[in-house]
Amino acid sequence: MDVNPQISSQPFPGDVHPTAGGGILVTKLDEVINWARSNSLWPLVFGTSCCAIEMMSTAAPKYDWSRFGFEVARATPRQADVIIIAGTIVNKMAPVLKRLYDQMADPKYVIAMGACATSGGPFFYNTYSVVKGADHVIPVDVYVAGCPPRPEALLHALITLQEKIRNGAS
Amino acid sequence: MNTQQLKQQLETLLPSSSFEEGGEWTTVYIDPAAWPETARLLRSAKDLDFDYLFCVTAVDWKTHFTMVYHLSSTIHRHTLVVKIKLDRTNPEVATVSEIWRTAEFHEREAYDLMGIVFTGHPDLRRLFMTDDWKGWPLRKDYEDPVNMIKL
Repeated sequence: MDVNPQISSQPFPGDVHPTAGGGILVTKLDEVINWARSNSLWPLVFGTSCCAIEMMSTAAPKYDWSRFGFEVARATPRQADVIIIAGTIVNKMAPVLKRLYDQMADPKYVIAMGACATSGGPFFYNTYSVVKGADHVIPVDVYVAGCPPRPEALLHALITLQEKIRNGAS
Repeated sequence: MNTQQLKQQLETLLPSSSFEEGGEWTTVYIDPAAWPETARLLRSAKDLDFDYLFCVTAVDWKTHFTMVYHLSSTIHRHTLVVKIKLDRTNPEVATVSEIWRTAEFHEREAYDLMGIVFTGHPDLRRLFMTDDWKGWPLRKDYEDPVNMIKL
């Protein structure tokens, strides 16, 4: 999915008609709600291997995902909107991941970051312990290729998720 | 003590053992039956003082197993590698957890993944795998049709 510049350049879904003493806003409530949600997605502190290092880098000043509304990573699923599965999910971790997802409040979103979370990646063959894709455990909205993906790729995935939310697709 | 001096002292202390050449550290092969006694000697002998066991490894050679113990002395700063050849069908060796406490977990790991039985171990049970797991996943002949996709 390409980043649609038209959607990205439309920051607010509605028209403001200026009138004396204020203005009238013409819009749809659903679109405003989706717009609000998409611009305030707080990720969960969750990382199971090297992808987590890239995720931390994406959060750090150089890439700074706060610029796009990802603001702060929350250390509790109760306060998080999006879980970035940053790393390998092994069979013993799968029930933990499921529980974290269940504890997140709706609306909640999932990004599968990197090859392991997408398909098991380098651990697809001849492995006794790895889940072959996190989507066997919880539903995924956006997949990111890479091993690990660069911070730009994760940012692209996060912006893609925002677009899906604004479009009402997620 | 340098590598040469260490080797000389070990040759007098352990006359029945053989040495492996070409490694970074002095490497000695010993018999499984002699291991508890040798371990105690290495720990307490004068000028040896191997007080730090920093790595315990099990290797599957398909025909046999090898246990590899990396020992070091924090006093003399010398390092020794002890290798013990084990039978493939009945891999058993004495525990050294009462000499080096760290071996308790290392041996549990070797038991969990390779199925090496450490006789005399105080708490020999699964470490990483679930308690009801069947088989030894790091053995070369390990098969798991449920979880493994073979290539």
